[in-house]
Parts: sequence; C-alpha cells; structure tokens
Amino acid sequence: MNSTVAANEPRLAQAFVTLLRRDLLLAFRRPAEIANPLLFFVIVVTLFPLGIGPEPNTLQTIAPGVIWVAALLASMLSLDGMFRTDFDDGALEQILLSPHPLSVLVLAKVIAHWMISGLPLILLSPLLGLFMNLPAESIVALVLTLLLGTPVLSLIGSIGTALTVGLRKGGVLLSLLVLPLYIPVLIFAASAVEVAGVGFSIAAQLSFLGALLALALTLAPVATAASLRISVS
Amino acid sequence: MNRFVAWFHRWGSPKHFYDMSGRWAPWMAGLFFLTFIPGLYYSLIGSPPDYQQGESARIMYIHVPAAWMSMFIYAVMAIAGAVTLIWKMKLADIVAQVSAPIGASFTLLALVTGSLWGKPMWGTYWVWDARLTSELILLFLFLGYIALTTSIDDKRQAARAGAVLALVGVVNLPIIHYSVEWWSTLHQPSTVKVMGKSAIHMSMLIPLLLMSFAFKFYYAWVVLISARAEVLDRDKGTRWAEEAAGEKGR
Repeated sequence: MNSTVAANEPRLAQAFVTLLRRDLLLAFRRPAEIANPLLFFVIVVTLFPLGIGPEPNTLQTIAPGVIWVAALLASMLSLDGMFRTDFDDGALEQILLSPHPLSVLVLAKVIAHWMISGLPLILLSPLLGLFMNLPAESIVALVLTLLLGTPVLSLIGSIGTALTVGLRKGGVLLSLLVLPLYIPVLIFAASAVEVAGVGFSIAAQLSFLGALLALALTLAPVATAASLRISVS
Repeated sequence: MNRFVAWFHRWGSPKHFYDMSGRWAPWMAGLFFLTFIPGLYYSLIGSPPDYQQGESARIMYIHVPAAWMSMFIYAVMAIAGAVTLIWKMKLADIVAQVSAPIGASFTLLALVTGSLWGKPMWGTYWVWDARLTSELILLFLFLGYIALTTSIDDKRQAARAGAVLALVGVVNLPIIHYSVEWWSTLHQPSTVKVMGKSAIHMSMLIPLLLMSFAFKFYYAWVVLISARAEVLDRDKGTRWAEEAAGEKGR
C-alpha cells in the first residue's frame, strides 16, 4: 500500500469496521425493522398448526421444512433494507467511490445484515421447534443448520438485492431471483433437522452447508459488488 | 491486428450483424426443415415402439432434445453474459436477451412432455423426480432472468444485470442439480426409475439425434431473426437502421 494514501485514507480494516458499526447502529436506532421479519417468522410458523391441525406427529414431520421455509421468507423480507436506504440517500455512491475494494465493504454490509436478521432468527428458533413438537436433537440440529445456513442466505440475497436496488418494484422481483438459489440450503438444512430427529448423524449435511457457506463467502461479495456498480451507474 | 481479432471486432458492429444474420437465417431455417422433417418421420413412424413403454416412448424424441436445449441455452446465456461483462460487446447481450424466452419455452416444453410421458408410465402427471425438479428450477431461473431484464428500462444496464444473474445461475445450477438429486434419493422410494438405462438402439438413436440437431438449428434460426429485430430496434434513428427498415417497407 502507498504510504501517502495511508496517511489521509482510513485503512481497509478500519473502513470495514466503521461500515459494520454504522449499519448496526442504524439498525438499532430503528428496532421495529429488526423485529418485523422476526415477527413474520413466528407468525408464519404458527399458521401451519392452525391450518393443518395440532396432531403432534404431523407437526413433527413437517416442522423442519416449515421452519426453514419460514426462515427463508423472513430473511428475504429483510433483504430489501440491505442497500435500499443507502441507495436513496446517496451513501451507496460514496461507498462505491471509496478507494477500498468494494467486495470487502459489501461483505461488511452483509455481515451487518446477518447480525440483524439472521442471528435473532437463530436465537428464536428453539422456541419454534418446541411449538412444532420437535425432539431436542432436532432443535440442536435446527440451531446448527441456521447458524451455517442463514449467512448463505444473506450472501446470496445480497446479489439479488444489489441487482434490484435501483428498481421501483424490486420486492417481488427479488424473491423471483433469489428463492430458486436458496434451494440447496433448504434441502440440506431441512434434511439435517429431519434426520437428527430419527437419531442419525447430521455430519454430512452440516459439511454440505459449510461448503455452501465457504463458496458463498468467497464468490457472492464479488458478484454483489459487480451488481452494485451496474445498478448505481 | 490478426484476422481473428478483426473478425471478432466486426461482429461488434450492429450493421454487420444485421447483414450477416439476414444471410444466415434462411440457411438455418433450411437446415432445420432438413433435419426436422425426417426426424419427425423417423420418430413417429420409422422407428419401432419401445417393447416396454409402447408408443408413448415416442414422446422422448421431443422431450430429450428439449431438455438438452434448455440447458444448452442457459449455458449460451451465461457465456454471452461473460462476453457482455468482459468485452462489453453489444451483440452478446442481445443474444442473451433474445435467448431467454426461447430457453424458457424449451424448458416448459420439456416439462410438459415429461409430465405427459409420466402419466402412462408412472400413473401420475407429476413426480418429484430429481431431473423433473431441477428442470422446474431451471424454468424459474429463466423466468427470473426475463423478469429482471424486462423490469430495467435502460437496455445496457438490463443487459449487464442479466449477465451477472446468468453467471450466478450457472455457478448455482450444478449445486442445485446435485442437491436435488441427493434430496430425491433420500425422499423417494426407488420404485420410480427413469428408463432402465439400457444402451439405446440405433433405430431410436437416429431420430433422437436428428431431432436434437433440428432443435439446435431451430434455435439458431429464431435467435438470428429476433436478434436482427432487436438490433434494428436498438439502433433506431441511425441511418443504417432507417435504410434497412425502409428497404423492407418498400
């Protein structure tokens, strides 16, 4: 790195942390925006027993899929906020203009988004597991899969959000773009929760989810950065 | 500058493409009919019915080439997307954009023929078979691409956004495919088997190959025609476009 640049420009790590803190701070100033997707998550899961009937065995069978699908939808709902306000007030252009690699800065925003939307979801999930009559092993598996899976959702979702940020009616379009790409996460995660309930090892599913996370972590920020440059140009 | 680069660059010119595609389109149409008509003959009349599946096996001659085309066209779109992003070649994004509806149609055709074939074979129109499911997801990817590119007004921006999406999709497609395959082997009883994979007999291979070539030529033909129209539309107002359109009008 050039020393003259270093003198008056913040370093990359510093920019990364600043952006992360700023996004978190902005989110905590508007707690309703954190709470709403969570509430949605809980309500959607609650609707299923009401629609299907409270038979414990049935609930236990459908629980892994239902909880995970609800998690996908909830994380998608919160995606729109990732770049929207920054795009509207021009902060996004400033981020694009900064001398640091955009993909790293994007990663900071994605991590902030995950801490706001994914992490509370994970903390709340054992409760929903109890609602749905899941055995303890399955609840542990649910938390583990959410821990590995929700970052992937935020990362893949960031690409779709970046592509649609400039559009008026981006919301529905976003779901069309992103949901098909969520399918592998859904498959492995729901299967892990299901298999754990029967008492089998879930190492294979967790490895797959870990692999997906590694892949998304390396590739998604680059694609998101490229998409942002297209959307803002 | 060597000749290949010069040749490559000339394709960047809309006028050159318009002239060349006008010359090539009839050839592609001719090749299509040349392979399609005998292909249709051999697949409907000239080949024996399958000894297990009877006459309904003939659906395969449409179904399999359509499924191949659906994947081929998505690959074309991703390659064209890469070319758009790397070399900013106008023609590539036109090809990608006009390919999307054609690819979606082939995917839909593969799905419909698949389920029509499934009714007599499996006793139901839809089975959550791994290949059917990943074909359905491919259809969603095509529709998502179309939805994205049509909702962005600026054509250049639409092309570049679509290019990123196609590339993301192409990275994801194998992952989706294999995870769906893994999922269906877990969830499904093994009673459903898509054709006992015996080596295909010559009498069935010939119509299958003819049909798949016919589909390729059809795609080339339709892409040329619609890309031509798109080129003309994007360059409307320029002199050559007015002249070319005027020529047709007279």
